[in-house]
Amino acid sequence: MSAQDIILSSGTSELTPAAQVRRKLSKVAKLFDATKCSGCKACQVSCSEWNDLRAPVGSFQGSYQNPMDLSSECWTLMKYNEIEQDNKLRWNFTHSACMHCADPACLTACSTKGAIVQRANGVVDFESDKCTGCGYCVSACPFNVPRLDPIDQKAYKCSMCSDRLQVGQEPACVKSCVTGALKYGTREDMLFIADLRIKELHKQGFTKAGLYSPEGVGGTGMMMILHDVSQPENYGLPADPKTSVPVKLWQDVVKPLGTAGILATVAVACLHRITVGRNIVEEDEPAAFDHTHSDKSDKE
Amino acid sequence: MDRRQFFKLCACGATTSAISALGLMPGTAMAAPREYKLLRAKETRNNCCYCSVGCGLLMYSNGSNGKNAEQAIFHIEGDADHPVNRGALCPKGAGLVDYVNSPNRNHFPEVREPGSNEWKRISWNEAFSRIARLMKDDRDENLIEKNSDGTTVNRWLSTGMMTSSAQPNEGGFITHKFARSLGLVAIDTIARN
Repeated sequence: MSAQDIILSSGTSELTPAAQVRRKLSKVAKLFDATKCSGCKACQVSCSEWNDLRAPVGSFQGSYQNPMDLSSECWTLMKYNEIEQDNKLRWNFTHSACMHCADPACLTACSTKGAIVQRANGVVDFESDKCTGCGYCVSACPFNVPRLDPIDQKAYKCSMCSDRLQVGQEPACVKSCVTGALKYGTREDMLFIADLRIKELHKQGFTKAGLYSPEGVGGTGMMMILHDVSQPENYGLPADPKTSVPVKLWQDVVKPLGTAGILATVAVACLHRITVGRNIVEEDEPAAFDHTHSDKSDKE
Repeated sequence: MDRRQFFKLCACGATTSAISALGLMPGTAMAAPREYKLLRAKETRNNCCYCSVGCGLLMYSNGSNGKNAEQAIFHIEGDADHPVNRGALCPKGAGLVDYVNSPNRNHFPEVREPGSNEWKRISWNEAFSRIARLMKDDRDENLIEKNSDGTTVNRWLSTGMMTSSAQPNEGGFITHKFARSLGLVAIDTIARN
């Protein structure tokens, strides 16, 4: 894995872009089919097993969901969204993990060069070596995924098992999925499979079924098939996720302006030195009189 | 060093740190994913023994199978070549590595005598002879050799056998032969508990 395998990097701009040559590498994606999920949590367990994470065992909070939220030690969480429909309880299971956006808000918000990268295969990954723990990614993510670790104060999230992907294996969660609700492959293949499945769902009467891959973040590397795609809130997903305006303003306007300001100051200083020259201060007192020297000259 | 030199030095230092703060210094480390942890680990196939589905497992232990390395399982995942699960596992199976390395596992045979509430550690030999003795006594007492019609049936109804589910066809065949030749009727595997 080299710098060429990274197509987007935090802390860089269009003037200093990341390496680009591997752009032709096909994008990969995870497809989560909520209509097939049985909520068994195998994805959650295999994530914890493969990545050697053991989130503390929580206490019962009135739901089968455990732990109740993602954390630096829980990168994949099976969410048991409880919805009431026609006076009936409905469980909307959601495989909650990083969405691997094509235009990631976390990467835009991050100021540390190379701390958040997008690999040529589309995976968004955090580099904890470089993370300074500022937490900008945590507040920027529209899906509320990254978390700061309370001990080392660095941000962590699902890496789509980049270590497995680089040797050609599927992510651990996808491998373990019994019902086939999680699938992995090229983005193109996942879109094709999703299309077939949605047509089948429409035939079965789920007329509102559709694919959740919001355009506001450029499409996601984890796409979801939902029973009712018009109401993603029922799955705990935002309806229109996007990079917030202040984050964009900060990174695209304020920071370049600041840099330009500093450079302009330096340029003006140089110009002043050349055209006007150094500031010559008139000495108030004349230099101390050298008696010995003057005495000598007197004698001569 | 005079006052002027001191100011020059300070200005140089501030400029250098400003340049690095502006991100104009080259990075050192490349962004690389975590090292793949199974590269040369010993891979062992087995069956999950925790339900009657019997999913195939790949178990990974450290060491290259050399005689001097003490192997310990550190990762278990589904066996994609196994026809039952084709790589998938349930949450129980996906977390098997924590069962294997659990501090709550039994490491030796224990017995709880009738009427006692304490588990007592015994040796394997004691355990085997005790089981054989009790089986023999029970079988001698309760074996039904003939039914009411006088037909030979050799049924032993007062004892059941719980066998392993983590064995291949041949293992199952031998277990079955052993149990049936004793006259046991109730045979089950640990897969159903």
